[in-house]
Amino acid sequence: MEIGIGHYLTVAACLFTLGIFGIFLNRKNVIVILLSIELMLLAVNINLVSFSAFLGDLVGQVFALFVLTVAAAEVAIGLAIVVVYFRNRGSIAVEDINMMKG
Amino acid sequence: MTLIAFFFYLFAILCVASAAMVIIARNPVHAVMFLILAFFNAAGLFILLGAEFLAMLLIIVYVGAVSVLFLFVVMMLDVDFAALKAGFAKNAPVGALVGGIVLVELVLLFAVHGFDLGVGGVLQAPAADAVTNTRALGQLIYTKYIYFFQTAGLILLVAMIGAIVLTLRHKAHAKRQSVPAQVARTPATAIEVVQVPPGQAVIPSTQGQS
Repeated sequence: MEIGIGHYLTVAACLFTLGIFGIFLNRKNVIVILLSIELMLLAVNINLVSFSAFLGDLVGQVFALFVLTVAAAEVAIGLAIVVVYFRNRGSIAVEDINMMKG
Repeated sequence: MTLIAFFFYLFAILCVASAAMVIIARNPVHAVMFLILAFFNAAGLFILLGAEFLAMLLIIVYVGAVSVLFLFVVMMLDVDFAALKAGFAKNAPVGALVGGIVLVELVLLFAVHGFDLGVGGVLQAPAADAVTNTRALGQLIYTKYIYFFQTAGLILLVAMIGAIVLTLRHKAHAKRQSVPAQVARTPATAIEVVQVPPGQAVIPSTQGQS
């Protein structure tokens, strides 16, 4: 059976949906929210690379490379914030992060 | 061709299944492990698409650095996961509805309209004189997208500085070198002249030491 671009896009769509679902499901848990964001970024990367492969244009892979870079940077900062927050508060329940609320 | 199809379905099903386990897992370490599995299978999909540089980059950067960072933080934070999972059943219907709508929209995009990719309907086989994927990417990134490349480097630098600034703790009891204090020493504070009577021991005073 010929694997067309639709197959790869379906996989990416499923991953993206699971990422969104994960954010909805685990609202109280910052770690799983970060993991769900990583899933969504992975879905976007699969989309970019599959279009790059099927159109013969390498720009998609260049874009995916930069998305990878920014995702790594974002995870580093996000986890640093979680660690510092946990040091100060003792818990990572998302609804407790409301100190700056007006 | 069936071999490619077999591997595609293998990688795709494992990827989606482990992604589902990421959001369902009770244990945070298990969730990160399933994310690692998802990344590995996505790297397999990338290799099927002919993007082997990006596949290896995914494994080295995402699995080797980002997921390990997740594991460190998950193991460092002593979190009571059972309490945090309490809202599972409450949020699930709304989340499933939104997720289902997003999935249907995404699938309808190409199921109804189809993709008019011109010649690109089939996976391009590499030409006989083609350079490797890595070389081709390098030829593109370092010439046409050099500014984006440098900006990506700057982003990583900012992220590194930010992570250090956020999490660095100065321990009060740790002995540290203070170069200005050392340089500002004068003989008045550093040297003490003692008259030693012959035949007697002199116990040095602790004045000036800190």
